Amino acid sequence: MSDTAIKRTVMAGNEAAATAAKLARVQVIAAYPITPQTSVVEQLSAWVESGELPAEFVTVESEHSALTVCITASTVGARVFTATSANGLAYMTEQVWWAAGARLPIVMCIANRAMAAPWNVLNDQQDSMSVRDAGWIQLYCRDNQEILDTTIQAYRIAEQLHVPVMVCYDGFLLSHTVMPVEVPSAEQVDAYLPPYEPLTVVDPDDPRNIGPVTLADPRANADGVSCHGYMEVRALHQQALLGALETIPAADAEWSELTGREWGGLTWEHLLDDAEVVLVAAGSVGMQLTVAAEALREQGVKAGVLGIRSYRPFPVDALRGKLAGRKLALVFDKALSYGNEGPICGDLKAALYGQPEAPVVFGAVCGLGGRDVTVEQLNDAANRAIADLADGVTDRAADWLNLHL
Amino acid sequence: MGTRECGSPISMSKPSAGEAGRTGDWRANRPVMTAQACLAVKKGEVVCQLCWAYCPDACISRGVGPVIDMEYCKGCGICSEVCPANAIEMVPEAAHGVCNVGEGSER
Ligand code: SF4
Ligand code: SF4
Repeated sequence: MSDTAIKRTVMAGNEAAATAAKLARVQVIAAYPITPQTSVVEQLSAWVESGELPAEFVTVESEHSALTVCITASTVGARVFTATSANGLAYMTEQVWWAAGARLPIVMCIANRAMAAPWNVLNDQQDSMSVRDAGWIQLYCRDNQEILDTTIQAYRIAEQLHVPVMVCYDGFLLSHTVMPVEVPSAEQVDAYLPPYEPLTVVDPDDPRNIGPVTLADPRANADGVSCHGYMEVRALHQQALLGALETIPAADAEWSELTGREWGGLTWEHLLDDAEVVLVAAGSVGMQLTVAAEALREQGVKAGVLGIRSYRPFPVDALRGKLAGRKLALVFDKALSYGNEGPICGDLKAALYGQPEAPVVFGAVCGLGGRDVTVEQLNDAANRAIADLADGVTDRAADWLNLHL
Repeated sequence: MGTRECGSPISMSKPSAGEAGRTGDWRANRPVMTAQACLAVKKGEVVCQLCWAYCPDACISRGVGPVIDMEYCKGCGICSEVCPANAIEMVPEAAHGVCNVGEGSER
């Protein structure tokens, strides 16, 4: 593939992720293969082997080590990339928190897959949802073009805020499905991504302890310089995540100036303007919801779609604004907070609590472990929710789609 | 909050004595060195020094024989474990009557 030309081609989601990492000129890659992420790693290692990608590819014995290699390489100023799925992400969990707390701008693609047990390699979003609180930015993609564009944007966002970013996309549904993708030129990406300037000082003549014991209260270091306590470090981290509510749309807008493609920043929408019933989701199920909304409109229901692109930070103000005055928001989660409800549904209810013009919010759980989700089922779920609302129901348990107990 | 003198949102410090506080006050067992048993003392040269290399608090100075700074020795016992000559014994602080943190270094 020539570096100088914009190329329109067809590729699977995993190849789009690998292509983005290559275009971002990553310097260190460490990853451990796991279905359905494997072909990201295979593609990148092939490029490193052939010399097409001048990067270090570090082979490791586990996902925990993969992210640890990325943490150390990022600490010394390298642009790094990794990718994983499901139990691989769970295995790296300790380091997921470390990467965020150390404020390292690591970009990690997650080919979303169901968590074991029982063993299952197919799609849902339980893996990344389970680490939503770790302090990473999480962006969810709808198609392969968005995977490529978002992975490049992720470096811009991560390095500006010093916060790691997970680019999440549905396993198999996107990772292994081939679709048209426009590949930007190396010049476009170079113009978009300035070099990474690390926060860490790495100089043998002026050494540092990095991420040392940091006690509860601020205190003076050995030189008498007052340093943050643990709680201040965490408050600054939260400020950075909330700052991403501006950085993510800005990165998307600048990408759009360069390539003509923008993805909505924090959220995206379809037929939302006059919608009374709003279907809410993250990831590729949002694309199916656009078809469902069109079918509902033919049926006479004013339906629209509100897609969540940025799940962390959660775009509270945008969601409040876009949902004000609607009758019903029906949230489709491909994950569950066991003993409670779908994570997006719960977060949306919290965001809307006490808002004077908030719609009723109902949840639906779908697609766990790769269970088929069809447009007809989405439509039926919307019709059940509309009927419940007409019966005066304002709160109910999640509707499990296509469940046969 | 963001204006603290360190000017950094991450936790980063210069390696120096006391960076993690006076770790000597964590100590329950004190390493007691029998100089005559130490290989460095026996040879009269800076040899072995395994205790210095392994001490996680970097509170042992190289020498004939090595010197432990009790202000920062946290009493983990690693030096005692690695010493090939069994020259370092871990003795409960209670056996010393008082904890000597703040009284400066001792051999
Ligand atoms: S017990 Fe030994 S190894 Fe442990 S801190 Fe004290 S001197 Fe160092
Ligand atoms: S490890 Fe033991 S023998 Fe070696 S230098 Fe230290 S005290 Fe001496």
